Amino acid sequence: MSLSAAPGARGFGAILLRGLLAGLIAGLLAGVFAFAFGEPKVDAAIAIEEAAAPPAAADEEPPLVSRDGQKAGLFLATGLYGVALGGLFAVGFALLRRRLRTPDDTRAALGLAAAGLVGVVLVPWVKYPPNPPAVGDPSTIDQRTASYLAILVIGVVAVWASVLAFRSLRSGAAEWLRLTAGLGAFLLVVVIGFVLLPNIDEVSATFPASLLWNFRLTSLGTQVVMWAVLGLTFGALTARRRSPVTEAEMRSATV
Amino acid sequence: MSQPTSVSSPLVTPRLLWIALAVVVGALLLAYLVAFDQGAVSQSGMYLHELMHDGRHLLGVPCH
Repeated sequence: MSLSAAPGARGFGAILLRGLLAGLIAGLLAGVFAFAFGEPKVDAAIAIEEAAAPPAAADEEPPLVSRDGQKAGLFLATGLYGVALGGLFAVGFALLRRRLRTPDDTRAALGLAAAGLVGVVLVPWVKYPPNPPAVGDPSTIDQRTASYLAILVIGVVAVWASVLAFRSLRSGAAEWLRLTAGLGAFLLVVVIGFVLLPNIDEVSATFPASLLWNFRLTSLGTQVVMWAVLGLTFGALTARRRSPVTEAEMRSATV
Repeated sequence: MSQPTSVSSPLVTPRLLWIALAVVVGALLLAYLVAFDQGAVSQSGMYLHELMHDGRHLLGVPCH
């Protein structure tokens, strides 16, 4: 296990700084996307919530944070989340750089971001699609949180298993066979995870289906922006140099 | 598991590992603060929780 990116590559500090900066930019742009496309849906959902249960006593005391405050806080949330992802991304990049088996840092960054997008966003999104305000039973939040964390882990393991399976076949093997092995391993882990984890459906029959769908799509879009910008920005920041990992080193790198 | 490193490869020093570990812990703490905290860590009551409410929903994290 090597913490160095590659022989002669930038030190870990340089990688870390680029990761944090890329994460901050990604978080803020994801915030812009969420503000433009997500906030109208959140507003609509809150209107439904308040129509169902008029805040009678709540009228007396103002909410802790106003709606305008929450809309500004959106950028704080996505920005901090982006910085956190950027830090983890940088550590992951440094640890896995050799095993990504490409001499090109940008391609390595994009590959890692794509893996993150599939494992940490797509897999969880399919199993536990996000819900707007007004949907969800507060008494099950602990169980839903634990299940969400579990599906994050399963998503990452599925991507990892996929790469292992793809690489377990010699590079001489037919490309379709390697891809099938990778896809099969991915699906195997995901299906096992989906079956073992509880199903959660707390959407009431009266909540507008189109609003729910649009909210979920916007949430997915927010996270796609986050990971795409993270990968592209990190790639751009490391693009000036091609790391001198030799062909022989790449061939001999273990899976 | 690491390959024989070339001369220019910086060694993995314990200090470097500690920094990496600190980054991971810090990042997870930050993500926790955004995604899950309800005042226990931030010590701000529910203020930060409410402030980042919309972000949590739109980032796909389960929330109330």
